[in-house]
Amino acid sequence: MGRIQVILKRELAGYFATPIAGVFIVIFLLLSGAFTFYLGNFFVRGQADLIPFFDFHPWLYLVLIPAIAMRLWAEERKEGTIEMLLTLPVTIWEVVAGKFLAAWVFTGIALALTFPMWITVNILGNPDNGVIAASYIGSLLMAGGFLAIGSCMSALTKNQVIAFILSVVVGLGFILSGFPMILNLFSGWTPHFILDTVSSFSFLTHFHSISKGVLDLRDIFFFLTLIAFWLFATATIIDMKKAE
Amino acid sequence: MGTMVEITDLRKDFGSIVAVDGVTFSVGQGEVLGFLGPNGAGKSTTMKMITGFLTPTSGSAKICGHDILEHPLEAKKRIGYLPEGAPAYQDMTPAAYLTFIGEMRGLGGQDLQKRVADTVEKVNLQSVLGQPIETLSKGFKRRLGLAQAILHDPEVLILDEPTDGLDPNQKHEVRTLIRTMAPEKAIILSTHILEEVQAVCTRAMIIANGKVVTDGTPADLEGQSPNHNTVVLTVRGGDVYAIQAQLVKIDGVSKVEELGQDGELRQFRVFPDQGRWIIADVGQCAREQQWEVAELHVDRGQLDEVFRSLTAPKQALT
Ligand SMILES: Nc1ncnc2c1ncn2[C@@H]1O[C@H](COP(=O)(O)OP(=O)(O)OP(=O)(O)O)[C@@H](O)[C@H]1O
Ligand SMILES: [Mg+2]
Repeated sequence: MGRIQVILKRELAGYFATPIAGVFIVIFLLLSGAFTFYLGNFFVRGQADLIPFFDFHPWLYLVLIPAIAMRLWAEERKEGTIEMLLTLPVTIWEVVAGKFLAAWVFTGIALALTFPMWITVNILGNPDNGVIAASYIGSLLMAGGFLAIGSCMSALTKNQVIAFILSVVVGLGFILSGFPMILNLFSGWTPHFILDTVSSFSFLTHFHSISKGVLDLRDIFFFLTLIAFWLFATATIIDMKKAE
Repeated sequence: MGTMVEITDLRKDFGSIVAVDGVTFSVGQGEVLGFLGPNGAGKSTTMKMITGFLTPTSGSAKICGHDILEHPLEAKKRIGYLPEGAPAYQDMTPAAYLTFIGEMRGLGGQDLQKRVADTVEKVNLQSVLGQPIETLSKGFKRRLGLAQAILHDPEVLILDEPTDGLDPNQKHEVRTLIRTMAPEKAIILSTHILEEVQAVCTRAMIIANGKVVTDGTPADLEGQSPNHNTVVLTVRGGDVYAIQAQLVKIDGVSKVEELGQDGELRQFRVFPDQGRWIIADVGQCAREQQWEVAELHVDRGQLDEVFRSLTAPKQALT
């Protein structure tokens, strides 16, 4: 077993050893259900698809994922266990990757547990299951993006509350950068290429294009690069700040 | 006796604080080096650099020939480290934690199980194996930290206050354990308990303000005590001044101090001239004078006096 796997296994077991796993999964399922049925007018629309369900994922993740990610490093530094961990024969990359992957697998499990939703639309009608599958993949990739941001913010501080707030703020930036309302604010006086760059960083833009059922490599590449970038930042920050 | 830990001019600055200020030493197989020094002297910081947790501002540390900065994995494989405060994942059980550490160190299967079982026995953790670490008492946490450090039978052991918080029986057990492991390893430990140095260390180093102030065997250190080789004499009855006058006359005695009176008993400390061994002469004198001797012994000197004289703020500059 590789060291990344050993860390992944320990971290994942850690989620389930504490109430975190249960609380997170229950809240995730309740909220995604409530949003879909009440706010998304799931029944009223009379269409057999999961668009209202997936539309709320960016907002759910915005708040819930920082709650998972905030402890990744903050707790490790506060308890001093980081000293244990980083004096084992392991590279900082392996540790960063192992911890991130564990959190990602965990959110993947929570996401997979929404399968009754998928069964429901299939009973009620004839949805395009390809689109739904693509949306699930897009949602998982987006969750990874939020997690990588959260991992980096958690590396910045020993205080989990601060880590949480920072991740929400940065995450919000990545959602809003694609909103027409926000972009309009800049459109009068900002050069076009800057606007395009800003909106090209939006989670919404990329998530929506995937959840239309088009698994464009560029969208996948966007999320993977973003994850790699924030994990790189995490490792750099940990290396610099581990002693504090 | 090969050199296993080689530290060269190690230095660590935290902003304007110089925590470790040019420390150089090496430790060979079979040596147990005790770090002594006041709070904030730089003991833990030095250990953190040797184990690769902190990057030194300058200087280098080599573990069995592997530079901790250039070949961190090779060096770290050979180290067992108990960090200050024995941190561990609070929501795990000792059994799961030790398995995790073993797997991280590349152990697995039967070998890992056997090592965990052996180590658990060595540090007496059997009774708490399945209990969450957060519910363990301080002493058990410390023993778990020690278990984790020796699990892979490393060539180099770095232990930051290994017996802190242990009860006297466990202190004794841990010291015995360290002594048993010592012949094949190079061990560095820090402690505030001076008897511990006498009990387990082959070498002691006092650090103050980030610098090594003295480095030698525990006996060498005792030799630096002002009371080293003085003779303490307790006599029942008699005139204090008369006794003192007789004692000073002995050949080889430089000075006599009255230590106090307790009822009938009078106690004196007799200082020899440099390098003289005077207990026989003092005994002889007592017999000739027909003093009623209650106690007569040579004081080897107290480490804590040496410690104080070397590290007390007033004398730090001399
Ligand atoms: N991360 C840090 N940032 C700033 N200063 C630090 C940091 N870590 C240690 N120091 C300072 O470095 C000095 C040495 O600390 P260190 O922990 O090495 O002392 P020590 O000899 O282990 O003391 P003790 O006996 O109390 O354990 C102290 O002045 C301490 O305040
Ligand atoms: Mg210390």
